[in-house]
This record gives sequence, C-alpha cells and structure tokens, in this order.
Amino acid sequence: MKPISEKPIIDIRHLVKRYDTGFTALKGVDLQIMPGEIFALLGPNGAGKTTLISIVCGTARATSGMVLAGGHDIVKDYRAARALIGLVPQELTTDAFETVWNTVSFSRGLFGKKRNPALIERILRDLSLFDKKDSQLRQLSGGMKRRVMIAKALSHEPRILFLDEPTAGVDVELRRDMWEMVRRLRETGVTIILTTHYIEEAEEMADRVGVIRQGEIILVEETAELMRKLGKKQLTLHLQQPLAAVPGTLASFDLTLADGGHALVYTYDTKGERTGITALLGALGDAGIRFHDLQTDQSSLEDIFVDLVSTKP
Amino acid sequence: MNLHAVRAIYLFEMARTWRTVMQSVISPVISTSLYFVVFGAAIGQHMNQIEGVEYGAFIVPGLMMLTLLMQSISNASFGIYFPRFTGTIYEVLSAPISPFEIVAGYVGAAASKSIMLGLIILATSTLFVPLSIAHPFAMLAFLVLTAVTFSLFGFIIGIWADGFEKLQLVPLLIVTPLTFLGGSFYSIDMLPPFWRAVSLFNPVVYLVSAFRWSFFGQSEVSIGVSLGMTTLFLALCLGGIAWIFRSGYRLKV
Repeated sequence: MKPISEKPIIDIRHLVKRYDTGFTALKGVDLQIMPGEIFALLGPNGAGKTTLISIVCGTARATSGMVLAGGHDIVKDYRAARALIGLVPQELTTDAFETVWNTVSFSRGLFGKKRNPALIERILRDLSLFDKKDSQLRQLSGGMKRRVMIAKALSHEPRILFLDEPTAGVDVELRRDMWEMVRRLRETGVTIILTTHYIEEAEEMADRVGVIRQGEIILVEETAELMRKLGKKQLTLHLQQPLAAVPGTLASFDLTLADGGHALVYTYDTKGERTGITALLGALGDAGIRFHDLQTDQSSLEDIFVDLVSTKP
Repeated sequence: MNLHAVRAIYLFEMARTWRTVMQSVISPVISTSLYFVVFGAAIGQHMNQIEGVEYGAFIVPGLMMLTLLMQSISNASFGIYFPRFTGTIYEVLSAPISPFEIVAGYVGAAASKSIMLGLIILATSTLFVPLSIAHPFAMLAFLVLTAVTFSLFGFIIGIWADGFEKLQLVPLLIVTPLTFLGGSFYSIDMLPPFWRAVSLFNPVVYLVSAFRWSFFGQSEVSIGVSLGMTTLFLALCLGGIAWIFRSGYRLKV
C-alpha cells in the first residue's frame, strides 16, 4: 500500500443519487481511491455499483455531493477530470458497422488526443485484436467485442480505469488475458477500479475491497486485512466411530458435530496467537476419540461477502 | 476547445455517409430527377411562366429546399439517436468534450452532407432546365444557413425520440406537409388571399422565398423578413439544445 499521506486520486464525498422515481440509488457515499491501487467494488445487483461509476465518469448526474478526480471537480472542471478516466461499461455497446481500428482511433480523438497509430497498434496487439483491426464490429464474437471496449478505454492513455463487471460472461482465456493486462497497467501506475461477481478475482487481484449494499458503502478494507479479520478457519476431523454428542471433557473447545456424528468440526480464529489445535488433538487422544482423516477450510472472500450483505444494518 | 473530438465525431458521421452512399446520395438524386420529369417535363410544358421564370427552372430552388430540409433533419436526428439507441453514447458523455463541441461535430456533419446533396441536386437540375443564379453567394449562404438550422432541429428530434417511430414522425407529419405547402412547386402569390395569409405562418415559405430570390432576383416575401424568420428559427433551435444539455434531458439520468 501507498503511504497514507498521499492524496486520493478519486475522492467521493457524500454522494447522493435519487432518481425521478423517488428511488435512492446512492445514500451519501464516501470513498477515497488511492493512486496506483486496484480497488474492487463488491455488492449485490442493484446495490449502486454502476450508478456510482456512471456519476464519476460523467454519464449520470449526482443529486448532491461531490467527486474529485485527480483533484479536479468532475462537474466544474469536467475536461481535466474526464481526460484522466477510461471507462469500460458493463454492457457491450459497439457501432456495428465500424472497424476495430476506426472505433478505437475514434475514442482517442474524442478524448482530445492527437492521432497515434503506433500506440493504437500496441493496444490492439496487447489485446490480441490486431489481426481483426479491419473487421467490422458486428463480425466479432462477444469476447472480442469486450476486448474492443477495453481497447477504446485505453486508447487515450487514462490514469484511472473503471472496469464495470469486466469478466461477466467472458471465457477463461479472456479472463486470464484481462487480469494480465490489469497487472501490466498497474505497473505503469494506472489506478484501477473494478466491479466483479467473481469474488475470488477480487481476492486475488485487489489491494482493497469495498462492499456496497443498498446505496451505502458498508466496508472498505485492505483485502489481506479483511481476510485476516473476518476469515475463519475450520478443522474437520472424520471420526472412526460416530459420536452422539460432544464429550464433556472437550467442552472448552468450539466444537460441533457434523455428518451424523461422523465428523467433528473445530472452528478457530486465524488472528489468534494460538490456534489451540495441539491442545485439542491431545484432548482427543485422552478421550480415546480416533479419526481417520482431517482437513482444514478457510472462509473465502465470498463467504465474508455473503455474510456482510445478508446481515441487516 | 477539444478540436480533436469535434473532428473525430465529424469524421465518424461522414464515414457513415460514405458507407451508405447509395441510400444517402443516390436516392435523393433519383427522387429529385423524378420530380423534374413529372413537374418539369410533363406538367411544366402546360404551365405558364411564373414571374417571368420558366416553370421547370422555377421549381429548382424549392426542390433543393425540400431535399435540404428533409436530409438535414433525418441525418442529424439519426446521427444522435443511433448512439443513444445502441448505448455507444456513453463514450461521448464520458469524454472531455463540451455540449457545443458535441453539437458542432454531429450537426456539422449532418449539415455538410445535406449541403453536398443540395449542390448535387442543383447540378442534376442543370441537365433538365437552363438555369442561372442571380446571387450565387447569397444562394450558398442560404444553403448553409438552412442546412445548419434544420440539422439543429434534427438534433433536437434525435434527442427527443425514444423510438424509431418518433424519429420518423416529425419529418413525416410536420415537415413534409409544410414543405409541400410552403411554395416549393408554386408561388404563394398564386393562392387566394386567405390561403396566402395562412401560408405566411409556414416557416418554409420564407426559406423557399429567400432561396428563390437568390436564383431569380425576385421573391414573394421581402428578403429581410425571410432572413429574420430563418434566424429566429435558428435561435429557437439553439435555445432548445442549450436547454437539453443543461437539464440532461434524455441524455443523462
């Protein structure tokens, strides 16, 4: 992580979005994204992820609140703010009859940059699109269109990249390529904000995770810290002889019976200094309980996430 | 001023014109030629001169206006409606580009295309009728002014429309009747006094009249009034577009 003294590259303050229908999609969101980090925004459908991204990128208006991108107000100083930002929206929207090359070059022009065929070529090559450069977009597969949309967003060399559900509905190969690209971009100092349903990806890729639920950010945490704080480990012992109840001599351990008494589950905290496993195994030996197999499980970010969003505020 | 963006939008829109060159250039030329055959060659032979001008030549400015109006509206409305329909508008809205620049790109391209068509029709008409232009620069100026004004109007329609049906509705139900009743094929002085007075509420009358003046040096309505009315309509369209971008109407939620 970067030093705390560094200014956020995206600074969102008290952001509220109320639609004309009366529905409030964002209820006073505060969020700071630091330069160079990969930030994953998680949340169930309809939580406000896309609304938040749309406001920062300028395709929707905030009801109240303020957003700074690179220190520039996104409304008053929209030119400077938007020039920094690249957006890959969730939906595949492409001009059917344009060629790949033209549509990517168009994006660069739109963001006020001089033509740079060498750069466009490099972007297309990085995304395995170069041999399709003269194809019309309607001739491309869904995965290829997704690549084109990424190429468009990168065409103007943004400092901040928003990826809204980038891996939804794409094949394994493209997902791998995409994460490879995200890593490369981060090395060049690009800040990346993504939303995803694949929580294991957030767990693997993101420096920090934010969870949004019903228009409110309920948690922002470094991924590793979150795993440490909320991660639980379980040790499952498969018993040779089933037990009817946990023996009284083992009452001091957090034990439950599973699998009709054939398995004994021990839950322990990963942040604890001592796991208590040695003591437990000793106590089991003393009680004459024998087991033929054991396994440990760690709760994933997905479990943590499900826990968080299913808990009522 | 983000000139790269204006250029990008302009070239993108013009590329659409070249891609659809058959329907966007050839078809207006064919339909205009048909007008000449029907009104000029067939009916025109039985018509007297109007204000000292052969009927075949008399309808040329009106025909150009007809095409200019229809094409400006349909190009500009389609140009902005289509990205709204497909969703690609997100990119324009998220780009560092001002409303003025967006309009300059889309309306500039739509107007360019209809000006080209107007000139092609002028060239085509010289094949059918002998033609001389009294005030060529004024003619060009009116051509540009009309193309820009009605492209702006088309842009508004393209923003307002929330389906392809509405996109066709205004041109079909309002602009076509106004054009046909606006003196494209006749002089409003030929009408009975009551209908002549009614015609003066039709903005197209002023456009056609001024345009005809630039060809033949005479007009039904004074040139100053025509210019004033066109400028008024231009101002109304600009006002409408300013409101659209300020309110985010149909562009941003």
